[in-house]
Amino acid sequence: MDITSLTAVELGKKIRAREISVVDAVTASLDQIERVEKDVHSFVSVDREGALERAARIQEQIDDGRITGPLAGVPVAVKDNMCTKDMTTTCSSRILENFKPTFTAEAVRRLEKAGAVIIGKTNMDEFAMGSTTETSYYGVTRNPWNLRHVPGGSSGGSCAAVAAEECPYALGSDTGGSIRQPSSFCGVVGIKPTYGTVSRYGLIAYGSSLDQIGPIAKDVTDCAAILEAIAAHDPKDSTSIDRRTYVHTTSGKVRSGGKEEVCPAGYDFTGALVDDVAGMRIGIPKDYFGKGLDAEVREKILEAVRTLEERGAVVEEFDLGLVQYAIPAYYVIASAEASSNLSRFDGVKYGYRTEDYEGLHNMYKKTRSEGFGAEVKRRIMLGSFVLSSGYYDAYYLKALRTKALIKQEFDRAFEKYDIIIAPAAPTTAPELGKSLSDPLKMYLGDIYTISVNLAGLPGISIPVGTDSKGLPVGMQIIGDCFEEKKIIRTAYTLEKTRTYERPEMINNMSKKKEPAIGRKGEDDQCMKGGRA
Amino acid sequence: MAKQYETVIGLEVHVELATKTKIFCSCSTEFGGAPNTHTCPVCTGMPGSLPVLNKQVVEYAMAIGLAANCEITRVCKFDRKNYFYPDNPQNYQISQLYLPIARNGYVEIEAGSMKKRVRIHEMHMEEDAGKLVHDEWDDTSLVDYNRSGVPLVEIVSEPDMRSADEVIAYLEKLRMIIQYLGASDCKLQEGSMRADVNLSVREAGAKEFGTRTEMKNLNSFKAIARAIEGERERQIELLEAGKAVIQETRRWDDNKEFSYAMRSKEDAQDYRYFPEPDLVPVIIDDEWIEKIRSRQPELQTEKLMRYKKEFDIPEYDAKIITGSKHMADIFEAAAAICGKPKKVSNWLMVETLRLLKDHNMEPEEISFAPENLAKLVELTEAGTINNSVAKEVFEKIFLENIDPGVYVEEHGLKTVNDEGALEEVLKKVIADNPQAVEDYRGGKEKALGALVGQTMKAMKGKANPGMVNQKLREMI
Amino acid sequence: MANKISDETIEYVGILAKLELSGEEKADARADMEKMLDYIDTLNELDTEGIEPMSHVFPVNNVFREDVASCIDGSEDTLANAPLKKENSFKVPKTIG
Repeated sequence: MDITSLTAVELGKKIRAREISVVDAVTASLDQIERVEKDVHSFVSVDREGALERAARIQEQIDDGRITGPLAGVPVAVKDNMCTKDMTTTCSSRILENFKPTFTAEAVRRLEKAGAVIIGKTNMDEFAMGSTTETSYYGVTRNPWNLRHVPGGSSGGSCAAVAAEECPYALGSDTGGSIRQPSSFCGVVGIKPTYGTVSRYGLIAYGSSLDQIGPIAKDVTDCAAILEAIAAHDPKDSTSIDRRTYVHTTSGKVRSGGKEEVCPAGYDFTGALVDDVAGMRIGIPKDYFGKGLDAEVREKILEAVRTLEERGAVVEEFDLGLVQYAIPAYYVIASAEASSNLSRFDGVKYGYRTEDYEGLHNMYKKTRSEGFGAEVKRRIMLGSFVLSSGYYDAYYLKALRTKALIKQEFDRAFEKYDIIIAPAAPTTAPELGKSLSDPLKMYLGDIYTISVNLAGLPGISIPVGTDSKGLPVGMQIIGDCFEEKKIIRTAYTLEKTRTYERPEMINNMSKKKEPAIGRKGEDDQCMKGGRA
Repeated sequence: MAKQYETVIGLEVHVELATKTKIFCSCSTEFGGAPNTHTCPVCTGMPGSLPVLNKQVVEYAMAIGLAANCEITRVCKFDRKNYFYPDNPQNYQISQLYLPIARNGYVEIEAGSMKKRVRIHEMHMEEDAGKLVHDEWDDTSLVDYNRSGVPLVEIVSEPDMRSADEVIAYLEKLRMIIQYLGASDCKLQEGSMRADVNLSVREAGAKEFGTRTEMKNLNSFKAIARAIEGERERQIELLEAGKAVIQETRRWDDNKEFSYAMRSKEDAQDYRYFPEPDLVPVIIDDEWIEKIRSRQPELQTEKLMRYKKEFDIPEYDAKIITGSKHMADIFEAAAAICGKPKKVSNWLMVETLRLLKDHNMEPEEISFAPENLAKLVELTEAGTINNSVAKEVFEKIFLENIDPGVYVEEHGLKTVNDEGALEEVLKKVIADNPQAVEDYRGGKEKALGALVGQTMKAMKGKANPGMVNQKLREMI
Repeated sequence: MANKISDETIEYVGILAKLELSGEEKADARADMEKMLDYIDTLNELDTEGIEPMSHVFPVNNVFREDVASCIDGSEDTLANAPLKKENSFKVPKTIG
C-alpha cells in the first residue's frame, strides 16, 4: 500500500484501525519530501525530528482513546505565515528569518488538538503577496505537474506539497485567491471559507479584512473534515463569527412551506458531503467566461457544468456586473492594510535587523529595505500613498464604496442562485519567470477570485481535468456568505463523477516506490529548509 | 502704547483609565514592575496577534463623556494611526479619529471669581505607548512595553481658555470629575494625566485666531503654567519682530524654561488613519447609556451642596474636603460611624491639612482608616481624652493608622476624673504658687490660667481641663 | 488621465513607509505607481454617491473582553526574538529626549 497516495480521511481511518502507525504515516511523508523536495521545493522548513516525536506522542493518545477524530495522527503541512510555537515562521521573507513565534496560531492549535502532526512549513509568496510563489526569499516552488511551471500562489507551497504527496493535506490562506488559484494550478481541492469562519489569530496579517485560512487537500471530503476541525468561534479574534448562533441576513432566512425559517450558519461541513445537486440553482456570470479566459479552461469548466446539469442542477447565465472594478478596489484596500500591518517589521522586536546604521530612522529604513522583497515594497509604497494626506477619500474610501457595491451585486445574484460557478484563474499555470515582469498583468490573473474576498464569500476550487499541456484546470464554486454547505455539496457531487488525477512525476515515482509500511528511515538525513 | 495680546489655549488631555487590564489584552496595567513583565504578544505587536476590546474601557469613557456633558456616539469605531517610533510596537496606534466615543461637551470652570464654560470638542479611546529609557552607558535607548496598551482617553477641548489660571482650573475640574467617577487616579507626576497645550496669541479684539503651536512634555501644573507663559512670550516676540509663528509641535524643557521645535524630516506627521480592520464597531444604545448614567456617583459639585445643606459645613470647608475624592470618602465614612460630621470636618480641616503640609503630602496620600478618626472623635466627645491628648493621638493615626482606643489604653492617656486625686494635686499647686493665687483673688482672671497649666503639667496632661477649672475656683 | 508621480512624492512615501529605495528602484517604483494609479482610477467610472464605505462585510458589533487580568510574566517570550536587548528591554538607537 502506498501511504502517501491516501487522502487525509482515508489515512486517518487506517491509523485508527491500527493498520498504519502514526510514525509510519509521518515517515512516509518525510520520505516523500526527501524524494521530491529538490525538484518541487514546497517547504521553507521541515521539522523531521519534531514531527517524529509528536507522532509517537499522538500514537499514545490515540491508543489510550484520548484522540479519536478523523485527522488523528495524519501529517499536515502549514503555510509559513501561520505562527507555530518554537518553529520558524518566516512568511517567506528575509525580514522574518529565524523568527520563532512564542505561540501557535488558533487554526493550527485546533488541528494539533485533533491529533494532526505538523511536519513543516510551506513556501509562499513573500507575505502572501503574489500569485506564483516566486516572490519567496527562500526560492521558488515548482509545479509538480510540470517543473517548468509555477504552482500558483500565494499558497503555492501548500498546494504543491499536497499534489506531490509530501503531505496528505495542508493549510493555506486566501486574501485574493491565494488558496483557490494555486489549488487549481496544482490539481488539488482548496476552500476559502466565509470571512470570520476560521480564526485569524496567529495568521501573520496581509490584508486583515480579507484574509482567511482554509484547507487544501486531494478531495472534497478531506476539505470538509479539515474545515470542520479548524473552524470555530475564537474570542481572541474580534472578527471571528460564532456560526452556531449567527444568522446571516440573506442566507440565514430560508423559506419553506410559505413561512420563513431562521437557520444559523453552523459548522457541520461534513454533513454536506451529499452526492446530489438536483434542483441546485447555478448562476454562470457571463463576464467571467468572455474575453481573457483561456479557451481550454473555459471548455473544461463548461463540461463540468454540463455534468452538474445532467445531475439535476438548474443552470443559467447572468450578468454579475462590476467585475472589472474588483481588482483595483482590492489593490487599494489590501495594499493599504498591508502597509500598516507590515510596519511592525522594523528590526526592533524580532526578525532581521540591518548591520550598519546611523540612528533610528536609518536603522528602520535599511532594515526594511533589505528585509523586504520588491513586490512587498511595491505594495507597501502603494498602500502608504493611497492612505496619505489628501488621497484617503479619493482612493481608500472610493475602494470601500466599490466593495459595498460589489457585495450588493453578489447579494442580488444569490437571491436567484444557490451557487455561482467561475474559473479559478484565466489560464492554467504559467511558466516560471513569466509573470513578475509585469505586476499589473499578474494582478489581472486574480480577476475571478478577488471579488469573493471583497464580499467575504466562501469559495472552493476543484480540479476538472487538464489542458493540452497536461496542466490541471480548476473550477471555482462560489457560495453566498455562510453557505459552505452548498459549495461542498456541489463540489462533492462533481468529484464523484471523476477520478483523482496525479501529476505524472508522482505516478512514476510511486510505481518505483517500495511499500512504505514497516520501512524505517534509517539513513535519512534531516532535511532543512533553506534558501534555494 | 504697546499692543495688547490675548492668549488662546486649547488642551489635549490624556488620561490613563483605572482598568485592571490593558485596552486590548489581559495584561495588568499595574504601575512599575521589571521591564516587559506586563506584556504579551498583543501589546508588543507580535506578528499574528489581534486586539480584543476591554469593555470596561468603553464604560469608563462613556462615564467621563456623560459627566462632561458630551453626546455619546452611537456607532463608534477604532482607527489606526500610523507612525514609526520604538515605543509603539506595531508602529501604529489604535485610536479613534472618524467616530470617537464622545463629542460636543463642556465643563464649568471657576478661575478667580469668573465662571465659564470650556467646551469639549471630542473625546476618544486609544492605547498608550511603551517607555523609552536612555541608556547612558552605550548611548542607546531601551524599550519597555509595560505601559504599551494601557487604556487612555484623550479629551480635546475647544480653544476656549485665555490664561494659565483657566487652564489649571479646567485641568483641576477634569481631574475632579474623573477621580470622582473612579475612572482614573489622574496623577500628573506618574503620567496618568498628561496635557498637551495648543496655544496661539492674537491682538486683543481680533476675530481670527493666530497660528498655534502644540506643546508636549508637561508634567505638572507648575510646568504647564510656566510653559504657557514662556510660549506666550515667545510668540509675542515673534509677532512684534514682524515674524510669523510656525504651526509646529514643541517640546517644553521645564529646567531650561524653554520650548524647542520637534520637527524632523523623518516625522512627516501624516498619520494615514484608516478604520481598524481587526476590531468591530461599538454600538451604544439608550439602554446602555442609561445604565452608565444610573451608575454615575455623586460628583464634587453635588457633594459640596449636600455637605452644606445636610451637615451644615461651611462652603470653604466643604470645598476643601470635596476637593479630593479620597478626603471626601474619609469624611463620609468617619461621619457615618461617629455621627459627628462637624467634628470630623474639623479634624480634616485643621490637623489633617497641617500634617499634610508638614509632610509635603497630597490628600490622595492619606492612609488612615476612617474608623480610627471616628473612634478618636468618640473618645474626645466622651471626655475619655482631652484635646491636647487627642491631637497627639491623631498624629499617630495620621502617620501610623493606629487604633486610638488601644493606643490610649496602652499609653495610659485617659483623662483622670478622680476628684480625690485632683484635689491633692490642686492643694499642692495652690500652696506652691501663692503669688498667682493672690493675683486671681485680686481680680486677675488670667492668673487662673497659669494655675490650670501647672495642674495639667503635674497630672501629665491627663486631667479633665473643665474639672480643673471648676475645682480651682471652688478651692481658692 | 495619466497619473504623474514626482521624485519628491516617492521620497515622501519612502519616509512614511520607512523604505529607502535605490535610484533604479525609485524609477521603478514611480513607473509602477503611475501604472497602478491609472488602473485604480478606473474606479472613478463608478458612481458611488451616497454609498456607505464598507470596512466590515458583516454586521458584527460589540465584541468585548471582560476586565480580568492574567498575571503571567511575559518578558521572556516578549524578548525571545529580540535582535538586540539589554536589561530586559529592547535596545534601539538613541531616541530624542
